[in-house]
This record gives sequence, C-alpha cells and structure tokens, in this order.
Amino acid sequence: MADHPSEKRIVAKAKVQDLSFSILGIIVLFFAMAMLATLIGDLLADGLGRISKQFLTDFPSRRPSEAGILSAWVGTTLVMFVTALLAIPLGVGAGLYLEEYAPRNWLSDLIEINVSNLAGVPSIIYGLLALGFFVYGLGMGQTILVGGMVLALLILPIVIVATREAVRAVPSGLRESAYGIGCNRWQVVWQYVLPSARPGILTGAIVGLSRAIGETAPIITIGALTFIAFLPPSPIQASPPFVNADWLTSPFTVMPIQMFNWTSRPQAGFHENAAATGVLLLGMTLIMNGFAIYLRYRLRRGLRS
Amino acid sequence: MKKLVLCGVAALALAACGQSAPSGKSGANGNAVVLIDGSSTVYPISEALGEEFQKASGTRVTVGLSGTGGGFKKLCRGETDISGASRPIKAEEIELCKQNGVEYIELPVALDALAVVVNPENTFVDCLTPAELKTIWAPEAQGKIVTWNQVRASFPAEPIKLFGAGTDSGTFDYFTTAINGKEGASRGDYTATEDDNVTVTGVGGDKGSLGFLGLAYLTENVGKVRAVPIRQPGGSCVGPAVATARDASYQPLSRPLFYYVNKKYADERAHVRAFILFAFSPAESEKLVTEVGYVPLPTKAYSLAIGKFEARKTGSYFGGGSKIGVTMEELLSDAAE
Repeated sequence: MADHPSEKRIVAKAKVQDLSFSILGIIVLFFAMAMLATLIGDLLADGLGRISKQFLTDFPSRRPSEAGILSAWVGTTLVMFVTALLAIPLGVGAGLYLEEYAPRNWLSDLIEINVSNLAGVPSIIYGLLALGFFVYGLGMGQTILVGGMVLALLILPIVIVATREAVRAVPSGLRESAYGIGCNRWQVVWQYVLPSARPGILTGAIVGLSRAIGETAPIITIGALTFIAFLPPSPIQASPPFVNADWLTSPFTVMPIQMFNWTSRPQAGFHENAAATGVLLLGMTLIMNGFAIYLRYRLRRGLRS
Repeated sequence: MKKLVLCGVAALALAACGQSAPSGKSGANGNAVVLIDGSSTVYPISEALGEEFQKASGTRVTVGLSGTGGGFKKLCRGETDISGASRPIKAEEIELCKQNGVEYIELPVALDALAVVVNPENTFVDCLTPAELKTIWAPEAQGKIVTWNQVRASFPAEPIKLFGAGTDSGTFDYFTTAINGKEGASRGDYTATEDDNVTVTGVGGDKGSLGFLGLAYLTENVGKVRAVPIRQPGGSCVGPAVATARDASYQPLSRPLFYYVNKKYADERAHVRAFILFAFSPAESEKLVTEVGYVPLPTKAYSLAIGKFEARKTGSYFGGGSKIGVTMEELLSDAAE
C-alpha cells in the first residue's frame, strides 16, 4: 500500500514538517543558549579575575580593589537559612492540606486562585508589606529575621504550588492500597504520599530559594544596609547552650544589594566587583541546585528499594 | 521529610560554622553603632568616612542606601543618627520631623558639580549659557527643541538626544531648580535614569546627545564623554572640576551635599559626636572626599560646620526648597527657623 502516490505524499509532507519543526526547535534552543552563554560569559570575563580569598574575606570598602563581600555572603547565607526554615515547612504543610485534607468547595477554590495569583505579585509589594507590618507594625526592625520572613512570604506560593503538583502526581493506587490495609489518613499522607512526592516538593523548594537568593527590591525596601563592616553574632558558641539566636536580630546586607550599589558607582573597579559578586551568586545558586539534584537522586533510589 | 529537614539544617549549620571563623575581625566595641542612611549620591562619602572611622576608633558604622527621601523618613522616625541628602529637606519632611519631635542639624558634608556632557565627537559645542540649557530642558521644550540649531543658530541641524537624572533623585531636583528656575520642572521626553553610568553609555554612544551627571562619573569616564563649560555671568566659560566647584566659580551647577544629624542622638550618643568631629576634621575629610570623586568643602567651612554642630543649631536654611548659589558662610552661620 505504501507505494500509493497520495500516501507517499502524506508521509513525505509529515516528514518535512517533522524536520522543519526540529530545525526550528534547534534554532530557538541555540538562540536561548547563546543569549545565556553571552550573559554568563560577559559576567565571567568581567568578574572572574576579581574573585579571590581577599574578595570573600574582606568587608565593603571605598577602594574597589580592597572591597570584599564578607558581610554580604554571610548575610545572604543566614537570610536564606531563615527563608528555607520558614517557607519549606509552611509551604509543604499548606500544599498538603489543600490537596489531601481540604474539602472541595468555593473556599478552597478561592484560596487556590489566590495562591496562584500571589506567585505573580511583584516582589517590591512583599517588601512594602514587610516594611509596614513586620518592621513598623510589629516593631521587629531591619533584621535578618525580617529579611528571611519577607523572602519566605515571597516564595511561599511557589512552594505551595509545587507541593500540590507533586502530591497530585502520586498515583491514587498507592493511596488506595494504603487505605486498603487499614492506614488512617495521617499514616497515608506521612508514610506514603509525602515520600513519593518528595522529589517534586524539593524541586519546588529549590526553585523558590533560587528566586529568593537574587532578590534585591524587598530587602532594600525593608531597609537592609549597604555598608556594614562587621558580622552578625555567631549562631554557634563554645559555651552552653552552644547556639544563640542573637544573629536573627542583627542588621545585615546581602549580595544582590552589593551588586546593585557597585554597578551604579562611577569607578570601573566597582563594576568588576559587581560582576564578581554576580558570578558568586550564580555559583551559590548552582550549588543549591546541585544539592537538590543529589538529594532527589538519593530519595528516588530510596523509594525504589 | 524529617530526614530531609534535618539534613538541610545540618548543612546550613555547617555553613554557619564556617562563618564564625572570621568574626574576630569586626573589632567589637560594645554595641555602639553610628547609623547612617540616605542618598545614594552621598553614600560613597559616608562609606569612606565610616570605613576610616571604624578603623580609627573601633566604633561600628553602618550605611544604608534608602535614597534622600527614604533617608529623611528614617531620620524623622528617629531610626538613624545621620541622614545623607543630595538636596535640602523638603517642607513635608520638615513637617514629619516636627510631628515626631525630631530636631536635626543641617551640615554641608561635601560639594558636587553637575557636569553637562556631550559626545567627544561633538566639536561644535564649546560653551553653553544657562539660558541655552533652559531652552533645551524647559518643560515647554518637550517635543519642540529636537535639533541643535534650535538651541543656537550657529549649531548644525543635528538631532539632540537627551539623558538625565530620574525624577526621584536629588540631582534632578537641583538641576531643574538651577536651570529651569523651578524645582521638578523639566521636559519629560528624555532618557531618565537613577544610574549615571547609563548617561555615560548613552551620551558616549550617540554623537548628537547631551546629558548631565555627577562630577565623579565625569572623572572616571574621560574620553567617553566631554564636559561642556558653562558661561558665567561675567562672560567667562568655566568647566566642572574640583577647583572650580570648591571656589564656587562654576555656577549654577555646583551643589552642596548634606548630612542631617539627629540632635537628640548627637546629645545622647558620644560615638555620634565623635563621628561628626571625625567627618568634619579637614585632614580626613579632604582626603576621603577627594578620593571618592567629590569636592571637599572650602577649608574655612569645616570649622564653621563644627561650630554649628557644637552649638546644635537646628532647622534648615532652605525652608523646604532648593536654593542656588548659596555660599558656605550663609549656609553655616544662619540658624534658620
């Protein structure tokens, strides 16, 4: 039958379509990659030479060559720690509740729409909210805790949506079998649904944290500093109780703020510093993503056995 | 999930552990911190003063970047000791401070010259008068003044492309007051930016362009943009430079930059007083201000500033607006209000 002329034509046409679409796809991919490569290449070319031990262990300075990002990367790390600690449990809890417990009615629909909308709210709005509510309303001041809280709020919708997607993707057969052998709802969620949804939840959490690490606007809005030549008190101390929470109330700066400040300075040396900070920020995001991929791999392997 | 959270906590705790090592560097001296915030134009000066003051005295200094307006809000709430400003305090900000019972001392901390710049390939603009600048920048010029020959008949009929400060900046307020005679009055059809580097790139890339920016950006970009001298009332053409701004011969685009000091904190906090004395000691200030690309105050202004500070003369000389061509003596001797 294949030698029928019209069928041949149809097959040939389909093949041409296939080919042209894959060519288009390659061009699009190439274009996107080229843009990204140019951007990263430019950043690396400007900033790579500036990265050194001195850059990581010095405080900001008026002299570009003596300026470093010690207070900034410590601030970024601590703020991200608070953000992760707040956003992940809250987001996963909310997502689980909405997916597994909440009754399907207009209220849960309303919440669902709102959560999705919140993911699109400009970050400066969160900053203004935090300034009005946390900083002045509750009198919490411009501290690491508030910085972590505003970024946690910012990424909460991302974590909730990712959790819901991941939970929804768990095969219903798994739930039904668990119920079938007499598990209650809590046991089903905790022992079966959550473990199989973990990789997806983790991906969502990392996407959220990767967004938070680069945010400048809400952090500047709540009044984070730019020049700060001392570190927050250490969270770990030699004497009992070995941990202290003083660092939570410490003033701070973060890496994107240093970049923002340095790019608008007149001296070319500061522009190099900004590029170097950008490279390090990319590196931190990459490490975070790598950590997530590794965890996901470990978790998937754990699931199978 | 528990394992995951624990794992994350452990990893971050490890990271936190790593940080505790260099903290001995911070030279702790109790909890005394000089809190500075405000203008991004004044920021490099505060950064330099803060850096050296912290080194010399061990007292910690922090500097924020809230902008002149944001800085005044914080000052008037009593959150900061000192606020940097690239323009005098405005009437509504004076009101806010009054409501909160915050008194402040107004001190010029350095000078800046606004440079009018053109592309280096532009050879026909030798000198511009303030009136010609007004022709270009006045609100009425919007959409009408589009070629150089409309500014002066002898100029070629090349299109003008304009770059300037964004409306939120003190630079914009000062430039519009000095050139157009009214604060905030300007044509709107120009490339507005809060980052003078954008003006450098823009003017450097377009032959017919004109823009204005801070002196530090001119000094760092020699060859990319060319400064246009401004014709003075006496007829001479004076270009923007440290010397011409300092001796006030470059008019009307030399402007003071300010520190507003919370009077109550100056009384109560010894480290704030120590910082102000440091910031207005001629040796330190001249060196540091010059190093970051600004114009130090005339020598006699330092002792006047210290005098005004020690006498705790509060209030603003400007009464809520910008004024042009104010001398340091006027600014520092007059106890307004």
